[in-house]
Amino acid sequence: MSPELLQIGALTKRFGGVVAVNAVDLSVGEGQVFGLIGPNGAGKTTLINLISGHFRADGGTIRFGGTDVTRLRPHELAKRGIARTFQSIRLFKGLTVLENVLLGRYVRSRSDVLASLVPFRAVGSIERDASRAILDRFGLGARADALAAELSYGDQRRLEIARALASEPRLLILDEPAAGMNATESVALSGMLRELAVGGLTIILIEHDVRLVMGACERVAVLNFGRKIAEGGPAEIQADPVVREAYLGSGDDA
Amino acid sequence: MEELQAFFDAYQTTIGFIGINAILALSVWLTLYTGQLTLGNAAFMGIAAYGSALLTLKAGFPFPLALLCGALLAAAISLPLGATVFRLRGVYLAIATLAFGEVVRVAILAIPITGRGQGLVGIPPKTELWHIFASLLVITYVCARLRISSVGRAWSAIREDEVAAASQGIPVRRYKLAAFVLGALIAGWAGGIAAHFNFAIQPDEYGFARAVQILVFAIVGGIPNVIGPIMGAVVLTALPAVLQPLQEYRDILQGAILVIVIVYAPRGLATLLDVRRAARLRHVGAQDVA
Repeated sequence: MSPELLQIGALTKRFGGVVAVNAVDLSVGEGQVFGLIGPNGAGKTTLINLISGHFRADGGTIRFGGTDVTRLRPHELAKRGIARTFQSIRLFKGLTVLENVLLGRYVRSRSDVLASLVPFRAVGSIERDASRAILDRFGLGARADALAAELSYGDQRRLEIARALASEPRLLILDEPAAGMNATESVALSGMLRELAVGGLTIILIEHDVRLVMGACERVAVLNFGRKIAEGGPAEIQADPVVREAYLGSGDDA
Repeated sequence: MEELQAFFDAYQTTIGFIGINAILALSVWLTLYTGQLTLGNAAFMGIAAYGSALLTLKAGFPFPLALLCGALLAAAISLPLGATVFRLRGVYLAIATLAFGEVVRVAILAIPITGRGQGLVGIPPKTELWHIFASLLVITYVCARLRISSVGRAWSAIREDEVAAASQGIPVRRYKLAAFVLGALIAGWAGGIAAHFNFAIQPDEYGFARAVQILVFAIVGGIPNVIGPIMGAVVLTALPAVLQPLQEYRDILQGAILVIVIVYAPRGLATLLDVRRAARLRHVGAQDVA
């Protein structure tokens, strides 16, 4: 058993009267690709927003790399190695593709403020080289100077992942990365995920595309109405009657 | 040569204010570039104007030291203010900073040492034109270099998307505050210089009208780069002098020019320098000021 990188205990988030995430326990091992599935409104994205610090938990704890990070803010968590993408792509649209990746490297690069004030000195050339290398790896090298918003939808998704990986994270959280992708793009994404997993990166994958999840993940948790209703290997989950009911509804409704 | 001298003598005040206004426009550019609409810079200008003028007038401080102290005072006040108001965004942030300006104006009226409504007179006219333009040069350089540094990139990221910026590890609040305080420092420097360029200062000079005027310089000039605010300040400060011969038609034409600029170069005069990039940004609907 790999050591646990992320441990979530009794995590709870309420919005008014709605309990979006209800006492969820999860643990994700180092190097694991962990799938998170569930019907719309099950609380998947809320759970991710709690882990990445965009929401404050109302109860429960989050431990990352052995320390309590429950109350840390997004930028502090990014610094500790949690990188994420968003369900509705959040690129810096008016900036270039290269600048987006440079910003992804923010936590890895030293401040060049003082250096930048020295006349005629080139600024940030090392970071530029590193960022170009990342773009090349993602097949976006030729579009480095395009504005992020000028990319095709699939390329925007890829750029967002490239930006997240630029920070050399310990945990990568992907919120529906295949949403809106066509079949070819989805297959390419699946290949990329496998490649990252082989490299030893820990990944949490939220996805509706069940084939993608079952193909890529070693372990899968199922959320419904804010509660974890099942967890196990892909085959186990697919066979689970509770999960089938959550997705398809019970026979009585028909 | 003599004609040039005569020109300078006749327009010295206008030329000086072109420079001072350009510095002010750059002071608000910092927050605008970060995507934050703040209108406190007129007040910071006033704080430093009064602070530095009192130091030279009553305490006998040497001019450069008085300027520095005035600007630092403005920056020191901007720090707790910024820490408080940056919970707000957009128009609410603008109103909060505007309200601060009103507080400053009323405070100046209430404190006896400022001369209250009469203002301060007899300020030693220490400011030379070269002081103004040397300051402008240095401030322009610093802003331009910051813009292309990691700080400038973080400011751009915050302007584009605060949530995504935080996810990259950027401490959003701290960067906003840095832009705000640096803006206050620059506005304060301009205030000290302006006070010693004139003979007298009055509290009304630093009110609502000035706050809006500074914003208009930056917006008309454009915020994508540091040349924009300077262009805006130069054009809008020089225009009244240039149009002087038209007499009563001057204001009409000036207003018309402003409307034309806003309609045809909505992202500022500076975008006319790089029309293609401006068109691309417009096409993708990039953020201006949140």
